[in-house]
Amino acid sequence: MKDSRFYGNGLPYKKTAGLKGSLIVIEGTDHVGRSTQIDLLKPWLEVEGYAVVSTRWTRSALLYETIAEAKAGHRLNATTFALLYAADFADRLENEIIPALRAGLVVLADRYMYTAWARNKLMGADPTWSRSLFGFALVPDLVLYLKVDVASLIPRALEGKGMDYWESGIHLAFGTDLFESFCNYQRRLIREFNALAREFNFTTIDARKSPEYVQKKLREHIGDYLRQRKGAAQNEAAAAQPLNSSNGARIEHAQSAGASGAIQHAPDRAQAAK
Amino acid sequence: MTGLYERHPYPGKLIVVEGIDGSGKSTQLRLIHRWLEAAGYRVFFTEWNSSELVRRAIRRGKKKGLLTPTTFSLLHAADFADRLIYQIMPPLKGGMIVLADRYAYTAFTRDVARGVDPQWVREVYSIAPRPDLALYFRVPIEASLERVLTGRQKLKYYEAGMDLRLANEATESFRIFQSRILELYDALTHEFDLKVIDAVRDIDEQQQVVRQLVMDVIRGVEPKKPYERQSLLRQRPAVQKNGRA
Repeated sequence: MKDSRFYGNGLPYKKTAGLKGSLIVIEGTDHVGRSTQIDLLKPWLEVEGYAVVSTRWTRSALLYETIAEAKAGHRLNATTFALLYAADFADRLENEIIPALRAGLVVLADRYMYTAWARNKLMGADPTWSRSLFGFALVPDLVLYLKVDVASLIPRALEGKGMDYWESGIHLAFGTDLFESFCNYQRRLIREFNALAREFNFTTIDARKSPEYVQKKLREHIGDYLRQRKGAAQNEAAAAQPLNSSNGARIEHAQSAGASGAIQHAPDRAQAAK
Repeated sequence: MTGLYERHPYPGKLIVVEGIDGSGKSTQLRLIHRWLEAAGYRVFFTEWNSSELVRRAIRRGKKKGLLTPTTFSLLHAADFADRLIYQIMPPLKGGMIVLADRYAYTAFTRDVARGVDPQWVREVYSIAPRPDLALYFRVPIEASLERVLTGRQKLKYYEAGMDLRLANEATESFRIFQSRILELYDALTHEFDLKVIDAVRDIDEQQQVVRQLVMDVIRGVEPKKPYERQSLLRQRPAVQKNGRA
């Protein structure tokens, strides 16, 4: 009954068979450089021949303004925060991510439900409840986690837009000193991300190193994944062919692919689509 | 969390009404509100989809047809959570009576009729305390249609489930969508012990039944002292629409 492509029970009313694209998530805390890296990945993927689209956390057409207003008005608490995040995510999932995957694009997601889980937990939401909200979420094909420590985050935050209210967790009353609060909050957030990385087998990249290094690593992992996926899809197509094909060579190819076990590496999505 | 399946520990009382559009539940709740206030109780009223927090997002989403069953469900849950924090929990903890026009059960029928997973929506609403009394006003589709249509002539898009493309014509769509909801309500009466009221009967007859049920539930709640009643009556209208002021 449960569809393995989804974290929970999925979207029963929606047709989600045959999503040909790839969903690649870049996770990591504030100021770690996710969006810069995504901006560099896009042209590279296009040169490689992949159509790409990216999607950003809390940028849904439906909720962007509401979340911004609610943050400004300080009306949110852990529960409503979690629900608005989930609604924003659902809107982008159904209106941006799934249509793009159906069209066969590579979707680069700047943050995913893991960000919500980490933040919700620090705000005091029940972790089981906060996770169950995302039962409709597609499980990504690849999660790349940009891991840093607070020490290397501090200069980036200060040289960037500065430490802001939410990133510093002032709402959690860790203290009145912005700097102290930032360090405290980010330290806890990173700890949550690290735990999630272990639980969900993220591919971790050391983001304390230079942006060039991070980009190189990202390309390696994404390149490996896409090649493997392409190989699996070709084997599968070949395996589907031979019964009504008179081409002997093709049959042989399919059999050898099956024997080598390549099909087993096909991602869940390709399996479920059959 | 199993909030809806266990009795809450707070000194106040939570009374909710449920039913499809045109079942007359709001009328009945209004009469209960008047009656309890006249008897000197501190009563707080809250209604579905009325918080400031997500009102604009819901309105914009509806107008532009942006809502999917899941975002529809989550936005209403955010509205509910906001009212839970600001309007329901404080008076419930303070030993007062809270009246809610629609509750989580509305989501369990409407959202599921739209196609979301029944288990998922129950998890979403596991933050809600179990009401002390949940009244379900059961009415056949035709009676509800007649009431809704005489009231304002035209059926609302989402109320008729037009977003689901069940039928081209609003009345027919309303029939199909609300029939699904009726079936789901009937299943809930057992799961959540909803008290079924025959909403075809005359208003005053229903009200008698309802008052009896309410009386059983509010036993032990202290009404206001006589000197408190007068001063408060001057400051507050008897029936107010919270969140819409």
